[in-house]
Amino acid sequence: MRLNETDVNRSQGADVLAPRDESELAAIIAESHASARPLRIVGGGTRVKMVETEHSRLLTTRQLSGIVTYEPGELTLIARAGTPVEEIEQMLAAERQTLAFEPMDHRSLLASKGTPTIGGVVSANVSGPRRVQVGACRDHLLGIRFVDGRGRIIKNGGRVMKNVTGLNLGKLLCGAYGALGVLTEVALKTLPMAESEQTLIFGGISVAEAVEIFLAGLSTPFEISGAAFHGGSAWLRIEGLSHQVEYRRERLTALFRHRTIDICKDEKSKALWRSLRDLRHFSDTTDAVWRIFVKPTDAPAVVTALQTLGGQVSLDWGGGLIWYCGIGDAVSVRKAAGSGQATLVRGGALCGDLIFAPERKGVAELSAALRRTFDPARIFNVGLMGSLDADKVY
Amino acid sequence: MSMIAMPIPDEGIIARKSEIVAALAAALPAEIIISDPEETRAYECDALTAYRCPPLAVVLPRTTEEVATAMRICHGLRVPVIPRGAGTSLAGGALPTADSVVIGTMRLREFLEIDTANRFIRVQTGVTNLSVSAELEAEGFFYAPDPSSQLACTIAGNIAMNSGGAHCLKYGVTINNLLGVRMVLSTGEIVELGGPLLGASGLDILALICGSEGQLAIVTEATLRILPKPEGARPILIGFDSAEIAGECVAQIIRSGVLPVAIEYMDEMCVRAVEAFAKAGYPNCAAVLIVEVEGSEAEIDDQTQRIRAIAAEFDPVEFRTSSNAAESLAIWKGRKSAFGAMGRLGDYLCLDGTVPVSMLPYTLKRIGELAKDYNLEVANVFHAGDGNMHPLILFNANRPGELERAEALGNDILRLCVDVGGCLSGEHGVGVEKRDLMATQFAPDDMAIQMEIKDAFDPEWLLNPAKVFPLDVSRPHRERGARCD
Repeated sequence: MRLNETDVNRSQGADVLAPRDESELAAIIAESHASARPLRIVGGGTRVKMVETEHSRLLTTRQLSGIVTYEPGELTLIARAGTPVEEIEQMLAAERQTLAFEPMDHRSLLASKGTPTIGGVVSANVSGPRRVQVGACRDHLLGIRFVDGRGRIIKNGGRVMKNVTGLNLGKLLCGAYGALGVLTEVALKTLPMAESEQTLIFGGISVAEAVEIFLAGLSTPFEISGAAFHGGSAWLRIEGLSHQVEYRRERLTALFRHRTIDICKDEKSKALWRSLRDLRHFSDTTDAVWRIFVKPTDAPAVVTALQTLGGQVSLDWGGGLIWYCGIGDAVSVRKAAGSGQATLVRGGALCGDLIFAPERKGVAELSAALRRTFDPARIFNVGLMGSLDADKVY
Repeated sequence: MSMIAMPIPDEGIIARKSEIVAALAAALPAEIIISDPEETRAYECDALTAYRCPPLAVVLPRTTEEVATAMRICHGLRVPVIPRGAGTSLAGGALPTADSVVIGTMRLREFLEIDTANRFIRVQTGVTNLSVSAELEAEGFFYAPDPSSQLACTIAGNIAMNSGGAHCLKYGVTINNLLGVRMVLSTGEIVELGGPLLGASGLDILALICGSEGQLAIVTEATLRILPKPEGARPILIGFDSAEIAGECVAQIIRSGVLPVAIEYMDEMCVRAVEAFAKAGYPNCAAVLIVEVEGSEAEIDDQTQRIRAIAAEFDPVEFRTSSNAAESLAIWKGRKSAFGAMGRLGDYLCLDGTVPVSMLPYTLKRIGELAKDYNLEVANVFHAGDGNMHPLILFNANRPGELERAEALGNDILRLCVDVGGCLSGEHGVGVEKRDLMATQFAPDDMAIQMEIKDAFDPEWLLNPAKVFPLDVSRPHRERGARCD
């Protein structure tokens, strides 16, 4: 169960723990718990480039791989955490289904190698442009199995859409970056692929105009499934049954009749949104990249403040998400974000990656209590996600 | 004697009633405190009416701060607190104990902020579910979750139980439409989670609170996601002469790529009851599906054609579309009056298990067999699109032993739901009703971590302590809580 590490990001050549099944994983964690030896948990290691924690051993779930069940008629997929995202996407595509939350592939942005896993997607709650319409990864998560910090194997949720039996731990672990437990299996809702898609392209506009377009578009019943902006262009995506998309395009074109609109369709539109999803427009830069959640109406002012720091921005989620790529330091970026929440996704010249926005006091206490509950010996991903060490990085 | 036990109330707390009421009265306005035994009777049960127990006292705060004050006092005096919304829980989620204080959210009735540009509304949680959409009507927006009790139930209760409704097939349940909360912990501390933003960094504690059945905190304010109203919606009624074939048709529609807003199912017994009660003009057949699609006229026509083509493969006895608002109302009328119609046939228990959609036909067949074994009648009316079943077990409460027999059948049906890959509760919550069945769905460690989370939020186990977890399983936690300083 030990591998020589080759493709997981790592500076030193130490052994990597790669358990082959849930009980092996549980044994490793129980032992780590008993000896209080920290573990650095990754799937394919493509999403988080982390400052190495000195005494951490690297543990990957990538050998816990494979589809457990896929029921297209139920829109349900259960896969082991280490299953490559690509394998899942191919399997769903064969049934004309998809993971509607459109998870981003971080490899081009972070210049990371390795194979993205479904466990990594869930652990980081990775959600792409369609989040604005269909919700985030966590909204599509039906159930999980995981191992907690004492080495207990735990299941929660299930494979059905509606389930309010007991506390919802799946959504709590989704986006917890492995701080509460190591996922071994995830059950996700799948959705039929859209029969047809079109994108309305608005060229030569400002951020303020883009946000105006987003607000108008998203206030219509036409189910805009993508609303993004970069480099003077804004895009609105519509998807659905063929007739529906034609109709919606006509209505939206009428709504924005005072603007010049180009249209791109199907494969072209798909390629565009893949590129926007993966932030290809920032992949040939090396500056820090920040993910900033804001109220869409605040976006223009936040963007103006960010631009004075130097760098470029793109918008997604109808203006609710600003990506900032630039040289601004953390204090200035957070100040520019105002009431928004800024997370450092790529470090650039700043020290370290993935630094989370500080939590409000009462919330920080609850988070700390939850971490103690799930991981009493503090062995999981020490230094990541709201831990006390985060402050030291600056 | 019915089957669900509650803990023996703490006589020491009951003996201190006047001290407890005096402490509340010293810090809170008299008009929000109820302690007269005649008046506290009104809070002795929720919609699970077979179980009743008046609380020691009731507090009906009008602000978050008043909730916090009441909680702080109860915490200081180590008095259990039972949170209550409108009291529409079918699971006994708001059932008091004799040694508890009920804190109700029904007077928290302010609409605080409507922001259609950023697509959210912020409310105090005592507002009813339906009033949120009513408040947004003029703006052309709505709040999606729509539990059947939406006229009465409050947002606080919706959050506590993570409520669903007929339309959640497309729009999701409460947690998918909840952006933030302001809440009060058992100590009286006020904490805010989330807000209008579409994302947050840090742990998703909001998802833990939603559906925690009043065991972690009382939610006093909520920021809810709102959606632009669809251009139009139209139901289709499809009749089948076999329940199993109706179930197969559901799975085929789901798979096809048409995403209806709702797929509702009613069986023969339910259809007959509804016809006698509401005269909705439903066909006399083994199973009726109501499928609702949304969009413009042309979009609706297109989707209707597709559903017609799918249904045709299953040889329906009737395929009825609606061409105007009156016809749409008529199609929905039967479904919406189902619970009232069933009530006329006698007492009933309403179950709430979920099963994988592909297991619907088998589950329906097994429910019929089990009902025969117990010599009771079961009608089925439910949200078929997501497999959320509501078998209604008919019984006569005046006949000795029949409630117990109905409960035993209910337990068998819920075990069946778990056995076929589903769960005990799709949208009503566990409460006391399904508390003792938790071990059929969860292994000891699965439950242990949930109770440890409660330990972290509410070390004394004062908030709704006798719910969700079987009493023998939660006893060590409750007893440790009672020893907390």
